[in-house]
Amino acid sequence: MVFAIVLAGGKGSRMGNTDMPKQFMKLGSKPILVHTVEKFFVNSRFEKVIVPTHKSWVEHARNLIEKNLGETDKVVVIDGGETRNDTIMNAIAYIEENYGLDEDTIVVTHDSVRPFVTHRIIDENIDCAAKYGACDTMVSAADTIVESCDGEAITSIPIRDHMYQGQTPQSFKAKRLKEIFESLSDEEKNILTDACKMYVLKGEHVHVLKGEVFNIKITYPFDMKVAQSLIGATEDLEG
Amino acid sequence: MINAVYQLVSPRMIEVAYKEIDLTAGEVIMRPYKVSVCKADQRYYQGMRSPEALKAKLPMALTHECVAQVVYDPTDTYSVGDFVVPVPNTPTETDSVVAENYLRSSYFRSSGYDGFLQDFITAAPDRVVKLPKGMNMNVASFTELVSVSVHAISRFDKIAHSRRNKIGIWGDGNVGYITALVLHYLYPETELYIFGTVEEKLSYFSFAKAAYHVDHVPVGISVDHAFECVGGGGCQPAINQIIDLINPEGTLSLMGVSENNVGINTRMVLEKGLRLFGSSRSGIEDFAKAVELYEKYPKLVSYLDNLVGDVVRVESIPDIHRAFDLDYHRSFGKTVIDWAK
Repeated sequence: MVFAIVLAGGKGSRMGNTDMPKQFMKLGSKPILVHTVEKFFVNSRFEKVIVPTHKSWVEHARNLIEKNLGETDKVVVIDGGETRNDTIMNAIAYIEENYGLDEDTIVVTHDSVRPFVTHRIIDENIDCAAKYGACDTMVSAADTIVESCDGEAITSIPIRDHMYQGQTPQSFKAKRLKEIFESLSDEEKNILTDACKMYVLKGEHVHVLKGEVFNIKITYPFDMKVAQSLIGATEDLEG
Repeated sequence: MINAVYQLVSPRMIEVAYKEIDLTAGEVIMRPYKVSVCKADQRYYQGMRSPEALKAKLPMALTHECVAQVVYDPTDTYSVGDFVVPVPNTPTETDSVVAENYLRSSYFRSSGYDGFLQDFITAAPDRVVKLPKGMNMNVASFTELVSVSVHAISRFDKIAHSRRNKIGIWGDGNVGYITALVLHYLYPETELYIFGTVEEKLSYFSFAKAAYHVDHVPVGISVDHAFECVGGGGCQPAINQIIDLINPEGTLSLMGVSENNVGINTRMVLEKGLRLFGSSRSGIEDFAKAVELYEKYPKLVSYLDNLVGDVVRVESIPDIHRAFDLDYHRSFGKTVIDWAK
């Protein structure tokens, strides 16, 4: 079975005039979260779309989804966790409790603030996770990537052709992802903010698949302006 | 949901635009599966339309011939995974006399409205025709073109007199080939005569009674009715040759598009009492009839498969350019895009 985990655990931000988390802000006619969830909702390969959300915003997220998609069993909003990986683990716990976990259980994890993800990217994530066990969505780095360990002097300039920018989805066989996470020490868990990095540190293969430059993450007010202009919407940040 | 739409913004320049899809609008959401390139798309792509037309119609996503796969249908008319053909003509009113494709209020994809080069396409459930299982998907991708021939022939059937012993088809391109094929299956007793300018293309019409180069038509050849499938600058000599060779009271079906006015021998049109009528595009009934023909005559599909030229997998905008470039240099057959963008 294949599950989508749309990560909506982010808390407040100063994106607009309020502390509303950015995934709930309006982009065009709907909140960003709804745009993103819809991409997974219409893909019939998913058994369920799980939306882990900060506990203060769970009811709000449920309301938005019901308002826009109607009553549906395909989407469920659950409590997120303290960190990104805790949030993913909460979603996996939900899957285990309700469906069980086996070798063929696949999770496609995606940032709720990347509403421009395409059908092709999602389908390829499912296929690659099934084939390789883990995969990450990337685009070639447009800028030169410069490493500076102290923020004052360049430590190294890696070869640009070898550099990519990581996007989401990141997709995994859920059972193995859980095993790897549970094998980490608390210290490692604190450092590893990215699920794919856990695999890399354990020496496991993570397959790379092509994202899209426009699969942007809406993080800063600048991104919101870009996203609004991309869909030709006037600026209206309130959800 | 935010949809990625790959629009022609100016000749040979394609950019992605983003448009919202409303999942509650009661429309079927489909993913293009295979898309076929049409000469009309190519004229926009190459900038061969007038500056006024380009200014009025761009930016827009090209292509209006495709087979798509149902992704989501809130109306439960179709099942997820069904292969369907969306109808590019979308009427906004009904008329008891005028067909949907002639209503001036209808809009047409890839002619001022976005065509099928998109992440998702949407249509009302009654603007979609389901394909039979096992259908040849390359052929299915240009069902729209087949429906255009079906439409012209259906009109011919209502307009032309009943003597249909010999029908002439002028034009040895895709439209001529498909029109002749559909006539061959709908009127098996009728002798078909093909008139063209390229021997190699004429050799494809093996199912016809005879195929002639327009400069070497044997003396004494005549036809009861004729279809003009030439278009462009070749329209005028073709129509006048038809007027010369057609029998009195015959019907001449005009199907070729010309950017310029065409001078024809009206004296002989009058003397012979000819009927000339035009056909353009098609409607949902013509699509349904085309699909019926696929099911009834599997050999028709085999013949249509001969038209499949380059099949280009498109994963990027440069791949779209490659498909249009290959198509531009193709004199016969259809370029099919495997949509993987």
